[in-house]
Amino acid sequence: MYTLSNKLRTFSFALIILGFIGVVYGFMSSHKSLDEVKTMLAEDAAHHGVKQDDSQAIHITEAHETHAEAAAHGEESQAETAHAEGADAHHGDAHAEHVQHQIANRPWSALYVAAFFFMMIALGALAFYAIQIAAQAGWSPLLFRVMEGITAYLLPGAIIVLLIAVASGTIGHYNIFIWMDPEVVADDKLIQGKSSWLNIGWFAVRGLIYIAGWCTYRHFSRKFSLAQDLADDNSNFKKNFRISAAFLVFFIYSESIMSWDWIMSVDPHWFSTLFGWYVFASMFVSGITVITLITIYLKSKGMLPSVNDSHIHDLAKFMFGLSVFWTYLWFSQFMLLWYSNIPEEVTYFITRIEDYNLPFFGMVALNFLFPLLILMNSDYKRIPWFVVMAGVVILFGHYIDIFNMIMPATVGDQWFIGIPEISSVLLFAGLFIFVVFTAISKAPLVPKRHPLIEESEHFHY
Amino acid sequence: MESSKVIHAIYTDDDVLMAAVKDVRVAKYHIDEVYTPFPVHGLDKAMGLAPTRLAITAFIYGCIGLIVAAAMMNFIMIEDWPQDIGGKPSFSYLENLPAFVPIMFELTVFFAAHLMVITFYLRSRIYPFKDAENPDPRTTDDHFLMEISVANHNEEEITEFLKTTGAVEINLVDKAH
Repeated sequence: MYTLSNKLRTFSFALIILGFIGVVYGFMSSHKSLDEVKTMLAEDAAHHGVKQDDSQAIHITEAHETHAEAAAHGEESQAETAHAEGADAHHGDAHAEHVQHQIANRPWSALYVAAFFFMMIALGALAFYAIQIAAQAGWSPLLFRVMEGITAYLLPGAIIVLLIAVASGTIGHYNIFIWMDPEVVADDKLIQGKSSWLNIGWFAVRGLIYIAGWCTYRHFSRKFSLAQDLADDNSNFKKNFRISAAFLVFFIYSESIMSWDWIMSVDPHWFSTLFGWYVFASMFVSGITVITLITIYLKSKGMLPSVNDSHIHDLAKFMFGLSVFWTYLWFSQFMLLWYSNIPEEVTYFITRIEDYNLPFFGMVALNFLFPLLILMNSDYKRIPWFVVMAGVVILFGHYIDIFNMIMPATVGDQWFIGIPEISSVLLFAGLFIFVVFTAISKAPLVPKRHPLIEESEHFHY
Repeated sequence: MESSKVIHAIYTDDDVLMAAVKDVRVAKYHIDEVYTPFPVHGLDKAMGLAPTRLAITAFIYGCIGLIVAAAMMNFIMIEDWPQDIGGKPSFSYLENLPAFVPIMFELTVFFAAHLMVITFYLRSRIYPFKDAENPDPRTTDDHFLMEISVANHNEEEITEFLKTTGAVEINLVDKAH
């Protein structure tokens, strides 16, 4: 039995408190008056010197783009851009107001990105767990308790994500989803057309349906898994097999729809048909990476003596393979939209390449090149510190991935990875560590009566 | 022509074979080769063979394929016959790069796969229509054959020893070189 050490408990609480302070600070400092924003912009422009006129034009075009005007409105905004040089004063105000709103969005978005990121790890681990059970995999039962520990975070994590999303449209000032703002919808034909799907009530209900589905499965699967330890027959194992197969069907639909709701709708005019898969690839590889990291951590504490090199090797293979899979989907989505160059679609990538160049292309290095080169050699997949290093980079890369999905729509070019972002990550990292390791400490680490445990213990590649 | 004496020990089970290979090596006899109807997991390690370097060649071939694809697309699409596709700037390699990535990927796989197979053929000295080298046709069905060189050892001693390892049949063969 694993017991949550005081050191780890203190560490997780320290993270939560530190993160919480930073998040509060982020919210407190995000309310700038219009004059402050104007001064800030003027200073910014002064720094850029000669480019001033240029950047102003871009800012104004962008103001429209970030509000995701449809292609039809493109010309209008172009006209306004030309116009802008003349009527500077009025547009300066509109622009400053826009930036003011983006600055106010930042702590909300930072919190949302971090909350989603940790929820996604738990959900990815749950999908992996269900696949292992449904496939009756013989190598992995030794790791089931680690996976069950990670998936314990799903219930609090997903509820937090949904709460932040709904709060941004009720308590906040429509800081994440602009389709929640009735004023925006009133002038926007495209969002009006989607409003039977995109409205806060139905959004919240859908969120609750996903969470109920995932967590009901998680609850019963864990229950059968624990009951199997004490059983005389394999009936719990069989039940677990059946509900896992059923869950996977529910999951692949709900995950896809969840990704449209919780992520894609931040850009309500834009859509991509493989977005669900793309988000899935991200959550799957992050989930497996965390399973690996926690397994290596517990093994280093001497808690999982039967886990051998071959288990680590297999997990590292999944990290390697799914990193390539993520890249495949990332590129498939990017290349088709880039090549066809249809204004209403390609604006998504134009914002990211112009304003988010480093994180957008940097994440390809973090999520693809680095794990590809580090984990290609089969011997390296067995060296724990190598796998840990690759895992940390992969997790950072997928945080950036979620960052790139949300931030361009909410804060535009006012992004930075500073106190609000880092504190949000610390806050949820602390909560994640506390929930996960508490759950791991609640049951024996080896599912001793699992029918395939013998095979798992002698697993040898 | 030089000739050397070898002993062919035949087994009917892969687990027995594995145990026998380990015993023979402990007894310091030299195993020339083992013929099996299917790949036996872990046999290479038990025989003490050096790990394969095929994976390294595959990586090198993949890199060659990637470079060939990159150079080829530069020649075809940028230098030799630039085309305006979807309004993309047609004289810039970098700005057309995403369109070349699928080709780069395919040629990386193509080069790695084909050259790896050819390397494997060369290294194993096999080619189409070559006569089979396995000394006993039963090793293509359900028997396992271990070839041990007699060298300076006593033939009878080896034979006696091999019997204890579970061989069902032991033959002394003169191998012409």
